[in-house]
Amino acid sequence: MSALEHLPDTDNGLLRFLTCGSVDDGKSTLIGRLLFDSKTILADTMNAIEKTSAKRGLTAVDLSLLTDGLQAEREQGITIDVAYRYFTTGTRKYIIADAPGHEQYTRNMVTAASTANLAIILVDARKGMLTQTRRHSTLAKMVGIPHLVVAINKMDLVDYDQATFESIRNDYLAFAEKVGIKDVRFIPMSALNGDMVVERGDRMGWYEGPTMMQILESAPAAHTEKPEDFRFPVQYVCRPRDSANPELHDYRGFMGRVESGEIAVGDAVTTLPSGQSSRVKAIEIGGQRIDKAIHEQSVTLLFEDEIDTSRGDMIVKSAEAPAALKQIDADVCWLSETALSPARTYLLRHTTREVKAKVARIEYRLDVNTLDTGDAATLEMNDIARVSLKLAQPIFADPYQRNRATGAFIIIDESTNNTVGAGMIA
Amino acid sequence: MSTLTQQTLSHLDWLEAEAIHIMREVAGQCANPVLLFSGGKDSVCMLRIAEKAFRPGRFPFPLMHIDTGHNYPEVIAFRDKRAEELGERLIVRSLEDSMARGTIVLKHENESRNKHQSVTLLEAIEEFGFDCCIGGARRDEEKARAKERIMSFRDEFGQWDPKNQRPELWNLYNARTHQGENIRAFPISNWTELDVWQYIEREQLELPSIYFAHTRPVVRKGDLLMPVTDLTPAAPEDTVEDVMVRFRTVGDISCTAPVASDADSIEKILAETATTTITERGATRMDDQTSEASMEQRKKEGYF
Repeated sequence: MSALEHLPDTDNGLLRFLTCGSVDDGKSTLIGRLLFDSKTILADTMNAIEKTSAKRGLTAVDLSLLTDGLQAEREQGITIDVAYRYFTTGTRKYIIADAPGHEQYTRNMVTAASTANLAIILVDARKGMLTQTRRHSTLAKMVGIPHLVVAINKMDLVDYDQATFESIRNDYLAFAEKVGIKDVRFIPMSALNGDMVVERGDRMGWYEGPTMMQILESAPAAHTEKPEDFRFPVQYVCRPRDSANPELHDYRGFMGRVESGEIAVGDAVTTLPSGQSSRVKAIEIGGQRIDKAIHEQSVTLLFEDEIDTSRGDMIVKSAEAPAALKQIDADVCWLSETALSPARTYLLRHTTREVKAKVARIEYRLDVNTLDTGDAATLEMNDIARVSLKLAQPIFADPYQRNRATGAFIIIDESTNNTVGAGMIA
Repeated sequence: MSTLTQQTLSHLDWLEAEAIHIMREVAGQCANPVLLFSGGKDSVCMLRIAEKAFRPGRFPFPLMHIDTGHNYPEVIAFRDKRAEELGERLIVRSLEDSMARGTIVLKHENESRNKHQSVTLLEAIEEFGFDCCIGGARRDEEKARAKERIMSFRDEFGQWDPKNQRPELWNLYNARTHQGENIRAFPISNWTELDVWQYIEREQLELPSIYFAHTRPVVRKGDLLMPVTDLTPAAPEDTVEDVMVRFRTVGDISCTAPVASDADSIEKILAETATTTITERGATRMDDQTSEASMEQRKKEGYF
């Protein structure tokens, strides 16, 4: 592929993906290669990396310097936190979340995965499947990433051997079946030499599938796979009360983002929790009227009747109302160094709604390496468990596997205001 | 269930919708936010996003500029004009005042004032009791920014702790603070320089004139073109040249350099931006080149 030499004339939207896998499997090299071949690493950045590499006595340019942006990361030579990187091919814009490989930063991998629509899981061809391959695959499945690509990297170090590739693929498929991963593709790759990343190279003629870039270019955009039920959490109510402008005197706009489905002028809607119904009188963006709003569009809704609605409420189509839940079962990833205390009350944020929550029961803790379940009295950082939660007020939720936006929540510790848990409703 | 018509947002529409969503989260979660507005291209986009997020209502926050006293006059004039047109409140707090109070002490008269902005910013946050500052920083600008959350927590000293950031999952932003702490919110985190110019073109946004190619006296310092101004006069040994230049980023006169360019329209700037081989800050910012971690260091000290 050539560099971006002109402005995109087609727009296939935006794809968010993450790279994950074990330490030293070549994530940084792959990202470097994608950025380099899409002309995103510019000359001065390259110079800076070259200088630092030389200063450290390295003979080759260390592309990990490109992605490890924090002083502590460069000192230790590891990735601690997620970095976001951008490139465009001329037809599509990409956001890469570069997730840490180390086990102690699992929570940051979950963070990166929560917004991704595709995951590239790197495997070192010499080592085959490792604990982190299984861990990250399980997490990717749990977080609901629809497309997985297993990149079997460092093929140059196994003489581009087809049998090695196939053996790892078979191992992975056996594991995937156990976890319930359905959409997975495999690519043999040498990120270092560029084989099968953007160019095919001439050393793996036996592989007839697409290159990494072809997969990225053809994967459905982040916003094309959404459930059809209309969900509109209210973020903010606009009441201008402009006495100088009588037209605005009675203006009441409900502002938010269409998290799923779509809405058109004239549709019958219900607001939750009040249960009051009305019809959509107008849809606006910044004061301009539109006929219809689609998923992930941020708009303002105006209704024919005056209905009581405020931040934290959920507007739905009258025929598609979700359940009001005061007790939920969820997969929770604990993110905090302070263990979960079943005795305490936490704040749970679901869409724009905040409710008090208490742990009713920890059903089981999952060993993401073996997929075995066991009992637990508490949760430590990076633990993943099925938890039953009691809520002070209802939330209007869908199962996470059906709707990522209305199935997800975070847990906040009010003493520190820290985000301490991430949850996915079962 | 209705049949879904397969319509999707273009990448620019998606970025805009995300930015509107983030601004509304700030408005919904924070008691007393402020939008930082410098008159630069990123903050011009932020104003359009605020319009799309809150019109026909007024913005649920004032605008604020931390004036170093070393800004290009074209940018200051533009800043005032834009705030006036929008009918929104503009707060200006100036480094000169902090110097008079003795809270900023310069090493020497012509030292770059850029990093000292943090002091005045923190003073203003305290003065007005702001619990959130909305800024136009982008993750593609710099490697420390690439690591920063969209809602970035700062302690009561304004410090960013990069090793201990709040996890940020899905689009469930946590902007909660205790008294004295604040959040820096970055609605256009996921935009690149090219996205910004594409948005400016699409929305036909007005910009300060110095973003477009014009002839200006400069001195060559390595790869950088240093503008010759009253604040940054040429030294006796310097050769002053008149060069056709434009600014890719607009900041403090003493540390912002223009690039050679004859792009005098947004279309031409877009074409240049798509094919440039130098990063925005690499070509233009002296303050980022002092060390590998200069931005990270400044952010730890309260820089936005």
